[in-house]
Amino acid sequence: MTALANPPSTRAGTPAPQRPPRRRSFGYPRRASVWTYAALIAVVAGSIFPLYWSFVVSSQTSEAVAQVPPVLIPGGHLFDNIARVFDSTDFAKALLNSFIVSGSITLSVVFFSTLAGFAFAKLRFRGRKVLLVLAIATSMVPQQLGIIPLYMLMSEIGWTDRLAAVIVPGLVTAFGVFFMTQYLGRAVPDELLEAGRMDGCSTFGLYWHVVLPAARPAAAVLGLFTFMQAWNDFFWPLVVLQNNATVQVALSSLASGYTTDYTLTLTGTLLATLPILVIFMVLGRQIVGGIMQGAIKG
Amino acid sequence: MAINALSSRRAALSRLDSKGSPYLYVLPFFLLFGVFGLFPLIYTGYVSFNDWNLLDGGAHQWVGLANYREMLQDPYFWNSLGNTLSIWVLSTVPQLLAALWIAHLLNHKLRARTSLRMGVLLPNITSIVAVTIVFTQLFGRDFGMVNWLLGLVGAGPIDWQADTWSSHLAISIIVAWRWTGYNALIYLASMQAIPHDMYEAAELDGASSAQQFWRITVPQLRPTIIFTTVISTIGGLQIMAEPLLFAGTSTPTGGSDRQFQTIALFMYEQGFREFRFGYASAIAWTLCLIIAVFAIVNFLLTRRIANEE
Repeated sequence: MTALANPPSTRAGTPAPQRPPRRRSFGYPRRASVWTYAALIAVVAGSIFPLYWSFVVSSQTSEAVAQVPPVLIPGGHLFDNIARVFDSTDFAKALLNSFIVSGSITLSVVFFSTLAGFAFAKLRFRGRKVLLVLAIATSMVPQQLGIIPLYMLMSEIGWTDRLAAVIVPGLVTAFGVFFMTQYLGRAVPDELLEAGRMDGCSTFGLYWHVVLPAARPAAAVLGLFTFMQAWNDFFWPLVVLQNNATVQVALSSLASGYTTDYTLTLTGTLLATLPILVIFMVLGRQIVGGIMQGAIKG
Repeated sequence: MAINALSSRRAALSRLDSKGSPYLYVLPFFLLFGVFGLFPLIYTGYVSFNDWNLLDGGAHQWVGLANYREMLQDPYFWNSLGNTLSIWVLSTVPQLLAALWIAHLLNHKLRARTSLRMGVLLPNITSIVAVTIVFTQLFGRDFGMVNWLLGLVGAGPIDWQADTWSSHLAISIIVAWRWTGYNALIYLASMQAIPHDMYEAAELDGASSAQQFWRITVPQLRPTIIFTTVISTIGGLQIMAEPLLFAGTSTPTGGSDRQFQTIALFMYEQGFREFRFGYASAIAWTLCLIIAVFAIVNFLLTRRIANEE
């Protein structure tokens, strides 16, 4: 290091900021070039465009959609179209149904997964390992394929067209149990549970006073994913809820018909996506983190 | 005496609590899964050996393998199998390659990192129904934007739903659009776990950035690539919502000529439109078997390919 290469600092007392030795794009991760940004922005634009498009269409009149070249800028008819959606189908009820279904599934999955996760991660009992492996293995079973007997079962107990038919089978998930077992194994120190026991806590007391509070961050992520999945679920509600639709089923019936009114349909799309979109805007960082952490099953 | 008895009762209770309660805590999962997951799946097997029509008030008759024999002779079954495989290959292969590339892009030092990741993931949080409806409009024959763009470059308009190849391509694009970003984030997570000094050593040896990508990044991602391939296969073979909605009407035939009817959709048609539960169950079990075979073959193949890199 020579004085020439490193001019003395201008202010007495403060040493010149040490620049790290410059190496050409060495090491990893490397600096992004303009091309990297350009490519990523193109990818993101491609991701956003269909949703933007449904917004554009839902704010236009039906005539505007059939124009060539297509209109690319939102118009002023969004609220008219929303009103039309609510008039033409029972969309409000479908939205309410979806909120009830997704909300109760979310609460239940978080509660039961944390309970089972606590048992698997922190309690010792015979058959623990076997049961855990069994629980994880069940997530590999394609649920769609049991749909016929499930439907028969539901009509046998008279649950067709009742929300219970969608809620009850979703009350626990193998993924939730696995996720919570993993998390609680790391997040709750055994000493804390020991101390709780010394104070005379029952195991359920430990769960309530120690485990649940400790599980809050993971519960938030699990709850988010569960809600989104329940909200977006389509096949089973379609089969079992013909006259008491959730929002996805209502949307699909809006879209089917020999001539489709696309303005109406895409407005419905927007309405069905909006709640998820709002959650994503607020908690997107956690959702991205959750996927990158644990390879969330889709 | 009384105190002793009380404390011994309390000890017994607490022993019961610590021995018994774990089973109580895992019970809800196994109970619900047993009733609503495992039982239907196994019962599907039983139903598949019966002539079972819900319209007869659940009357059924044991017919042995007749449903399976009929299925193997049913041209609609083979048609749906071919469609499923075609859509699966068209959507999975480009999707995973694109995801790898996007993950590589995201693995730079970036400004607005979180926003870019969220942008890439956005398609995945929207529902299949919403996505398919929007794309069906974009792929419209007369006023669809895709055809308008094709017109700009001088290509003729395509009736996307009408032909086998065009409908498969369109459906694959819908599937790939929804899942590429999700897979990219999974790849990104494992890319970030690759030790930096491997790249530094490679750079010292004069490896170009493309060589580093194919010689270090891809082999290091092997377990993740296997995981995503198997998951995409399990999902891809069960595709039914996209072809159902892409038809634009609520008929589950997958186009006027069944040109994009998948196996799952064929099962849905037989079960919930024709109400032939026995036949539909035979299709379901066959699909289950196909998925299992594909998942295993997939696993072995991907492991080998990644090993050779």
